[in-house]
Formats: sequence, C-alpha cells, structure tokens
Amino acid sequence: MIELEAIERTFQVGDQSVHALDNVTLTIRDGEYVAVMGPSGSGKSTLLNVLGLLDKPNSGIYKLGGIDTTHLDDNQQAQVRSAQVGFVFQTFHLIARLTAAENIELPMLLAGVPAKERVARAAALIAGVGLTDRAHHRPDQLSGGQRQRVAIARALVMKPNLLLADEPTGNLDTVSGREVIDLLEKLNRDGYTLIVVTHDPLIGARARRRVVMRDGKVIEDAAT
Amino acid sequence: MRPLDLLMFAGQSLRRARMRSSMMLLAVAIGVAAVIMLTALGEGARRYVTSEFASLGTNLVIVIPGRTSTGGVNPALMSGDTPRDLTLGDMEAVRRLPTVADAAPLVIGQGTVSSGRRERQTSVLGTTANWLNVRQWKLERGVFLPVAQSDRGGSVCVLGIRVARELYPDGDAVGQWLRIGDRRFRVIGIMGAEGRSIGFDAQDVVMIPVASALIMYNKTSLFRILIQARDRDLMQTTRVQVIDVLRKRHQNEQDVTVVTQDAMLTTFNGIFAALTAALAGIAGISLLVAGILIMNVMLVAVSQRTAEIGLLKALGAKPRQITSMFLTEAILLASVGALIGLAVGETATAVMRRMLPIDAVAPRWATLAAIGIAVLSGLVFGILPALRAARLDPVLALARKI
Repeated sequence: MIELEAIERTFQVGDQSVHALDNVTLTIRDGEYVAVMGPSGSGKSTLLNVLGLLDKPNSGIYKLGGIDTTHLDDNQQAQVRSAQVGFVFQTFHLIARLTAAENIELPMLLAGVPAKERVARAAALIAGVGLTDRAHHRPDQLSGGQRQRVAIARALVMKPNLLLADEPTGNLDTVSGREVIDLLEKLNRDGYTLIVVTHDPLIGARARRRVVMRDGKVIEDAAT
Repeated sequence: MRPLDLLMFAGQSLRRARMRSSMMLLAVAIGVAAVIMLTALGEGARRYVTSEFASLGTNLVIVIPGRTSTGGVNPALMSGDTPRDLTLGDMEAVRRLPTVADAAPLVIGQGTVSSGRRERQTSVLGTTANWLNVRQWKLERGVFLPVAQSDRGGSVCVLGIRVARELYPDGDAVGQWLRIGDRRFRVIGIMGAEGRSIGFDAQDVVMIPVASALIMYNKTSLFRILIQARDRDLMQTTRVQVIDVLRKRHQNEQDVTVVTQDAMLTTFNGIFAALTAALAGIAGISLLVAGILIMNVMLVAVSQRTAEIGLLKALGAKPRQITSMFLTEAILLASVGALIGLAVGETATAVMRRMLPIDAVAPRWATLAAIGIAVLSGLVFGILPALRAARLDPVLALARKI
C-alpha cells in the first residue's frame, strides 16, 4: 500500500524554483498496475524517485506499507529500498564489468547474502527471464532487450513488493519493448505492484490505471 | 556486505580500470622499494663499519698521543708545549696493569720494499709479538716477530701474503732477504689471508720490530698503543687506569686520548643509524606522493563511476557501504603495491649484496614501516574520494550516462 499525501518537491534551477511535484496525493494498493504519463518535465520521474525513496519530498507524507518513510534516515531508507523496491531504468544501468549473473547478484551482495544462496537465486531468476545461456555474458554482449530482462531479474532478486520502471521500453525496439512489457505484466499478475513511467501510449492503454501529470500536478487518475 | 565480497568487488573494479590501477600500483611499489633499498644501503654501511671495527680485535682500548678532548683548556698546550711522546716504556707500564690482557705498540710508515728487481710501495707496521694476540691476526707460515724486549730492534720482518706472493712469485719467501728503503730484513713469517680492517689490509703489509721502525722512520713517539682488556666489562676500568698510569708517567698531565672499541662502535652505530633513518625519511616522501596520487586517481574513479554509485544506492547500498567499497579499493591497491614494492626492494637488495662489498639488508622496522605507511596512505587518501562517493545524490548520479 502506497499513500502519498500532499507531496511537494521543488528544485532550485538557477534563480528559478521548479515545482516538480505540486501537492500530489495518491494512493496505490498492493498489486496494482499503474502507468504514470505526461509530457517531459511534468514531474513523473520525480514522482517515481520519491516512491523509490531516491528523492525526498520537501513536504508531505509518504507511507509505504503503513510506515511513514519521510522521517527515516539515509540508512533506514537504503534498507527499505533494498527490501521493498525494485528499480528498472530506461538505460538498464547494468555494471559493464560484471556478468549478467553478477549484476543480478549485486543487490544480494549489498545485503550480505551468502555467496551460495546468491548464485542459486540469481540462476533461478535468470532462468525465469529466459537467459540461462547468457548468464555469464557481460552486458555489452547482450542485446537491449536481454539487458532489460537482466535488469528486471535484478530488480526482483530481493523479493520486493514494488516494481518501479522508468521508461523501461524507451531504449528498445518494438519487439524487445513488447517482450519487456509482457514480462513486467506477468510479474504484476504474480502479485508485484507495478508502476511504470512512460511516454508509450501502448503501455498507457494496457495499464489498469493511468495517472497523467502536468506541471507537477496529477490532472487525470483513471482506471481503464 | 560481507568482507570477502567487498574485497572481490573492489578487485573486480580495479582489474577493470587496468591503466589507472597499474599507475597507482607502480607509485606505491616505487615508494616501498625506495624505502627498502635506501635503508638497506644505510644499514649495509652501518654493518660494514661495525664489522671493520669489530675486526680490530676484541675488547680493544686504544691509546692515541695528544689530547683531542674539547673539554676545558690545557695550559701546557696554551704555552706552546707539545704533548709528550708515547713511548715503549709507557706501553710496558700499561701492559703490567692487572685488567690488561695484552698490549702492542704500533708505528706506521710507508716504504718501498724490494726483493731483487721487484719492488712495491706498502705500509710498514712496527710492532711486537703481542700484536698477534691483540689483533687476532693469523700467521700462515714461519714465525712472527720475536718476543724479544720491545725496545730492541732486529732485522727481521713478517710479510702480508700478497706482498709475499708479489715479491717472491716463484718460491718460499721465508728465509729470504727483503729490502725496506736502505735496510735489509730477513723474512721470518707470512701473515694469513684473513684480517682486513680500517686503514690497512693484513695481506698488504710488511711488519718489522717496533724499535726498528722507530729508528727507520726517525720517530720518538708511538703512533698507537693497542690494549686488549681482560674482559668486555673491564674496558672502561682499563681506560681509566691507562689514563691514570700515563698521566703519572707524563708529569701528571693527561696528554693522551684513550678510546675504547665500544665507544667508537657506539658512535659509528649512532651515526649510521641516523643516516639510515634519514634515508628512510627521504624515501618515505615518495610514499606520501604515492598517497596523493591514490587520492587523485580515486577521485577520478568516483566521478567516472557516478552512475554506478547511483545504481548501488538505488539497489539499497547504505552510504557507509559505498564509503567502505571505495576505501577497500584504495587500501587494496596500496597493499598490493606495497607487496610488489617489497618484492622489488628485496630483489634489489639481494643484487646489491652481490655487487657491493656491504651486507645490504633493510632493517625490519624500515620494511614494516614502509608497508604500514603505504597501506595507511591508501586509507587516509582514500577517505576523501570514498566520502564524496557516499554523499552523491542518487537521482543526479543515476542521470549520468554509464
């Protein structure tokens, strides 16, 4: 359960202050599939960063699973990110020197999971995204779609309940994009709460709930 | 994060940045190797001098004519009097002291020695039979100078082995005649090959009775009296007694300088230990420079890997974890660099030991300090970049392209 209440986020750009989130109040229940849409600069990425605890609102209350996260310190927020949030980025953000399997293991490495368990869990996930034969390839030896599937496997490895995807198909061709969306939707059906920031009207049309933003405000919030 | 994982992760990212890592390894390795090599040189010099002094003999107390002390004013010297001669009588008096095991006089000169048409320049030492005890030189063949009373000269000589070989290349020197200047001496013995110490080489001397040397070089005073104390603990007592006896014999004036082997050793040890420490300090500066290089390169690494740091934060890395990840890299680099430096330094000192006549071994403290300082500089100079990495804003960091 995600509860945003009167979230404000302003940035200082030069001598101008930009209202990235303007009094956003939003509730997202567990297992929902939400597409956040809107033009560039509408605040949708900031919303995602706030949801993922990468960014702190200037004011307002953000409760994740009933816990007020706005008063947690950096370490506690890192803990919440580690345990409850999985990120999928437009540019994949795989570490180039690590193999696909090692990239997937990374969150477990940070959390101090023993090596044996890491290998087993990474192998299971990589099989789940259909890349077992690519497990020991480096990102530069993988196609865009394969990279994004590795990134999704990495997002799942700590068994979070919230998946945050920022333009997951933005750098992919139509076919790979389609595969990635299929994968994310399957995960949503398996119970993950899925929030996708996207320009892609196709995803917007498929999501069960659309949140449209403009100038930091939610201007449309509709179930489809 | 588990310590082993931390280490592996650091190792992986260092291997990836091969050029950067090898430059840092090189800098640290040079620093550590420099400390090891320079201190080995200093220590080698110290050991060399120490062993030279030790080879003088054991428990030596040496009497030098003239007062070299700077303490106080000697009225006799002020009025222009020269020090009294150090005589054979003085030596006999000293030799009778209960704490003295033996004593030998020494007169030194240079001479042209010749046999037939062969001739060479060499040191000529005038002394007595006691010399063998005091200096612990070994006789190779024949007999040493006679035990005759020290004030009676004699026309006999003992040769260093090299002098013997060169002047008598085709036969036994013992029994032959040798010409020193315009005097003739009968060769009665040859010194062994061992024994070299400050000033002269036992292989390259001609030894004659002290009285003959005094006459030949027209001297009234001995160059030195070498005294062997009965025991190491008695050296100071002996020194005091010798000064006492000689003062009584010299109209109650102390006009000799008496040094103990110990005191000289201690002085030279001190000088060379200071030299070694100074060399270590100079070499240590290169370690500092290496540390600053580590900091620079780590700062570059942090800005190159901004996106990675953002990702790590998104994946749940705590600020402290990011700090320790980058610190581990810096320390790992410094440690590996130190080990390489250790290997290079040890190899270089081994080569030095082969090429130079000194026993070049880096003192343990210097080796440990070099490694310690290298690792410490990795830690100290790694902190700033690591903290910078930990403080990066994850949103801005992620916005950077990988």
